[in-house]
Amino acid sequence: MPPTVRPLSPHLQVYRWQIQMATSILHRATGVILFIGSLLIAAALLALASGAEAWSCVTGLAGSWFGLTVLFGWTWALAYHWLNGIRHLLQDAGWGFSIASFVANGWISVIGSFVLTGLVWTWVYCCGGIA
Amino acid sequence: MSHFDPLRNPIKNARGLGSAKEGVHHFIVQRITALALLVLAVYFVVLIVSLAGADYATARAAVAHPCNAVLLVAFLVAMFWHGQLGMQVVIEDYVHTPWLAMSCQLAVRVACAFAALASVFAVVRIALGA
Repeated sequence: MPPTVRPLSPHLQVYRWQIQMATSILHRATGVILFIGSLLIAAALLALASGAEAWSCVTGLAGSWFGLTVLFGWTWALAYHWLNGIRHLLQDAGWGFSIASFVANGWISVIGSFVLTGLVWTWVYCCGGIA
Repeated sequence: MSHFDPLRNPIKNARGLGSAKEGVHHFIVQRITALALLVLAVYFVVLIVSLAGADYATARAAVAHPCNAVLLVAFLVAMFWHGQLGMQVVIEDYVHTPWLAMSCQLAVRVACAFAALASVFAVVRIALGA
């Protein structure tokens, strides 16, 4: 039987993009990214426990251009999920629900995540971490 | 699920539970682990950045320090617990085929349980100098 084309209820595509949607979607997306990252942390710790050779594989990967790109994106995902997580906890406490403050603190999460990422990587650079 | 006991009267199992059949337990634990991670994730990033460019012996010595070992284990447990809870909600929302949803839920739990066990074991092994 051919599939019947039926109207669907309106979804994301009918709405104008706004910060409220973006912060919510990004929180989930970064959460999934961080879940995958958590498995990498376990792998890295196992390598550190296994010996110098396994650990040099980890540092070699982390120091490559690909590794650094992943680490940079990972830092941003953590910074965003961390900041927006605080926002969620405050919302759970009933704070910041007026439209104006909801939009304003949404932007704090987004812009703040880039600021935090920049701070962390400036610090890494100052420590001489990127050899 | 955690509150379900087949030996109890059904009304006893249903009482106090919401439509998700687990009441607010998931919600509460997700937030408790979030609060823990708010602090522990900062600690973890500071530890990692301070070890950037460090050699193998330095990295091992840092993890072996009792304070770092304990905080790392706390971070790892909270992280994998929080990750499992978060992924559970994502799967509940987006995977609608029952057998696939159940498979995904089991896969995430297996992954989190093994990753938590493995990483905690790694830290303990380093801390005890084995």
